[in-house]
Amino acid sequence: MALRVLVGCKRVIDYAVKVRVKPDKTGVVTDGVKHSINPFDEIAIEEAVRLKEKKIASEVVAISCGPKQCQETLRTALAMGADRAIHVEIPEPQSNTLEPLGVAKIFSKLAKEEDVNLIIVGKQAIDDDCNQTGQLTAALLDWPQGTFASEITVEGEHMKVIREIDGGLETIKVKMPAVISADLRLNEPRYATLPNIMKAKKKKIDVKTPADLGIDISPRTEILSVEDPPVRQAGSKVEDVSELVGKLKSHGFI
Amino acid sequence: MNWRSLSISSSLLQSIQPTPSVAAQQQSSILGPQHSFAMGIFMNQMNTKQIFPFPDALSEESKDTVKLALDSFGRYFDQVHDAVANDANESFDQKAMETYKQLGGLGLLAPEEYGGFGLLSTQYARLIELFGGHDLSFSITIGAHQSLGYKGLLLYGNEQQKNKYLPMLSSGQKLAAYCLTEPTAGSDANSIRTTAVLDDDGQHYILNGNKIWITNGGLADFMVVFAQVPHSKDHSNEVQNAMTAFIVERDYGGVTSSPPEKKMGLKSSNTTAVYFDNVKVPVQNVLGKVGEGFKVAVNILNNGRFALSALMTGFTRMLLTKSIQHVNQRQQFGHKLIEFQSIQEKIAQIAMSHYAIESVAFLVSNNMDRGVENLQLEAAIGKIYATETAWDCCDECIQLLGGAGYMRENHIERFMRDVRVYRIFEGASDTLRQFIATTGIRNAAKVLSQKHSNSTTVMDDNSSNVTSSDRDELLQQVAEPLRPSAAQLAQQIEDFGSVVEHLLFKHGKHIANQQFLLTRIANASIELYVMAAVLSRATNAINENLPTSDHEQLLATTFVTKSCERVKANLNSIMSPDSLSCFTAFSQIADQVSRNEEALTTRPIGF
Repeated sequence: MALRVLVGCKRVIDYAVKVRVKPDKTGVVTDGVKHSINPFDEIAIEEAVRLKEKKIASEVVAISCGPKQCQETLRTALAMGADRAIHVEIPEPQSNTLEPLGVAKIFSKLAKEEDVNLIIVGKQAIDDDCNQTGQLTAALLDWPQGTFASEITVEGEHMKVIREIDGGLETIKVKMPAVISADLRLNEPRYATLPNIMKAKKKKIDVKTPADLGIDISPRTEILSVEDPPVRQAGSKVEDVSELVGKLKSHGFI
Repeated sequence: MNWRSLSISSSLLQSIQPTPSVAAQQQSSILGPQHSFAMGIFMNQMNTKQIFPFPDALSEESKDTVKLALDSFGRYFDQVHDAVANDANESFDQKAMETYKQLGGLGLLAPEEYGGFGLLSTQYARLIELFGGHDLSFSITIGAHQSLGYKGLLLYGNEQQKNKYLPMLSSGQKLAAYCLTEPTAGSDANSIRTTAVLDDDGQHYILNGNKIWITNGGLADFMVVFAQVPHSKDHSNEVQNAMTAFIVERDYGGVTSSPPEKKMGLKSSNTTAVYFDNVKVPVQNVLGKVGEGFKVAVNILNNGRFALSALMTGFTRMLLTKSIQHVNQRQQFGHKLIEFQSIQEKIAQIAMSHYAIESVAFLVSNNMDRGVENLQLEAAIGKIYATETAWDCCDECIQLLGGAGYMRENHIERFMRDVRVYRIFEGASDTLRQFIATTGIRNAAKVLSQKHSNSTTVMDDNSSNVTSSDRDELLQQVAEPLRPSAAQLAQQIEDFGSVVEHLLFKHGKHIANQQFLLTRIANASIELYVMAAVLSRATNAINENLPTSDHEQLLATTFVTKSCERVKANLNSIMSPDSLSCFTAFSQIADQVSRNEEALTTRPIGF
């Protein structure tokens, strides 16, 4: 069975950027700041493209939800080998309140429209660290899920998924269609070579809106404030255990 | 002293207002050489059209391509490329080179139909800016291959030559080299002695000669070689040399190269002598036309100069980051270094220098992309300014890092060793200065004398050379907070024009030999162009309300003040009698020392 694969690609602030909180505490500074494809989503794209190269998948469609600049993220995905892309356009400031549930609804709708049998997403985005989209998408579609995947192997109608869990590695078998969320060690993504960047220019990016898909993306939560973590206080040295216990007591920790 | 009183009455050499029809022509296109700012300042013209507003020639799509490429090449430098090992081993790691070739890094400039990526100059500039902060030796190797080596094909190759060679050069299957320099011919390119004599069969040129210091000399299979084709004019026994460019393949036989030179820097880059011993070059391999070789050589260099400025942009950005990281945390005398004024001055200098170099690099590249004709002066100005300023910034960065700056583990010393030659090759700064000054002055003399002979009106003595409407126009072009700086610039342009006029009157055509004066004219003209570039860029930042516009305004206004000081100093040294007598003294000193073949002084203790 040739798989048709959907891959979610989120545009996030680049991992190397020093993030600054906005003075009004409503969020972080994004203006003029370098953005890139979420690293775990890049791993997801890489895995999908490898499935295509092994002729297990027949088509890879990349999706990104957000403002116009998301098309840059999709170009990266196309340059890595995705066949087509869909940009679900959500302008700012609405895009700032987009939540995993909204994204999951969009992915499930598109999964049905595009008749896919495999969805791969990154396990979480490095900006909000929600780690929900993959799971919510599977639930909405009533598909099995293999999350935190560090290895996937297609075996006929099933997929063997090795998952990274606290205790080590867990191996499960899911029946497709399924949702997979990619963890760090799943693969090492390729760089887009200039030849591929050029080829990607000819690939299509379809633009849709949540309204086109009939989806309500209004948020369920409200961000009250975004603040810097407290500055680390200096510690103090203690001479012996009894002094340690004394200090812990006097600070009310025990 | 008001040296303007030395200038002759304006009736003889006056700035001529363009006649109405000429003015109309000028409106129709800003691309022509009559709009060159650099040429114009020699003639009391403030040509702002090629500088304001700061050009932005790339489409969104082109910019997207560069962003993607930057990502990939950025990763290549972070994860694959090891500049330290390459420098220590005096070669490039082959596996890394293969990865680089797969990324497409050797085909950046060739058109897509020949297997390249057809990057525009500005795209190329932004991409190699990245390289400048990582490895200046690697930058030269890949630059020599595409920005010099196969650039000749792009500019002068015919269809057959392009089809035959570009695909394998773009993929990196074969490397290219640009072979001009010889033991007796460096800056004086015309004096090369390599010969190419047409064979009796009329099908081949026989090439003989030696080239030295050729980048990729030991590795290239494709070389653009410059040689003299001797021919006698009809009915005369006099042999003339027609310098010609040839495409030579190593496979033709008779091509050998020396072992790689041991150099101060650029150690990983392969630099060798190349010997041509009766090499049979097919006549189809003439690049351009017979006798056009000098033009080909010079235009290839001209066309690639912006790239050096782009490399220096990335380099100085890295130096600034490295310097700040150090002075923000290093403490002495109970304070972080950044708290001391002398440190602040150095940091500010590097920051302003980076801004200025970047402004010029992208002004030139964008102008190239929008089709501005003849940027030879601007490109030369950019090269001199960028390479010399970057050298100073590197020196200052080492100073800021102190002893740590001298240690290999901090890498700056390697960059310094690599960058020193940038002031020498691809047009030595000293030669380029003379070129800028003589070209500007000759052009001014030509235009002024043409118009003088055409003119029927005589302007009165009090007409100012740059009209107040020119000055106003410049002020209108800049954002309001920058107008005082624009006024400073306008004043310097006026003063510059007066000095050029004075020199033309005093020396006439002999000005061409007055290198003491021409150097300073060139220095001033460089500062003027860079100031204009900086003001244009800062204007754009302010008008676009960029988040960095406040800082850019500060950089620009401060830069202009300091730059005007330098212009004044240069112009004063041309006009002041004390300075002029120093020049005479320089010649005397040089003559006496040269005859003595060493220092002509007696030691303080007598022996």
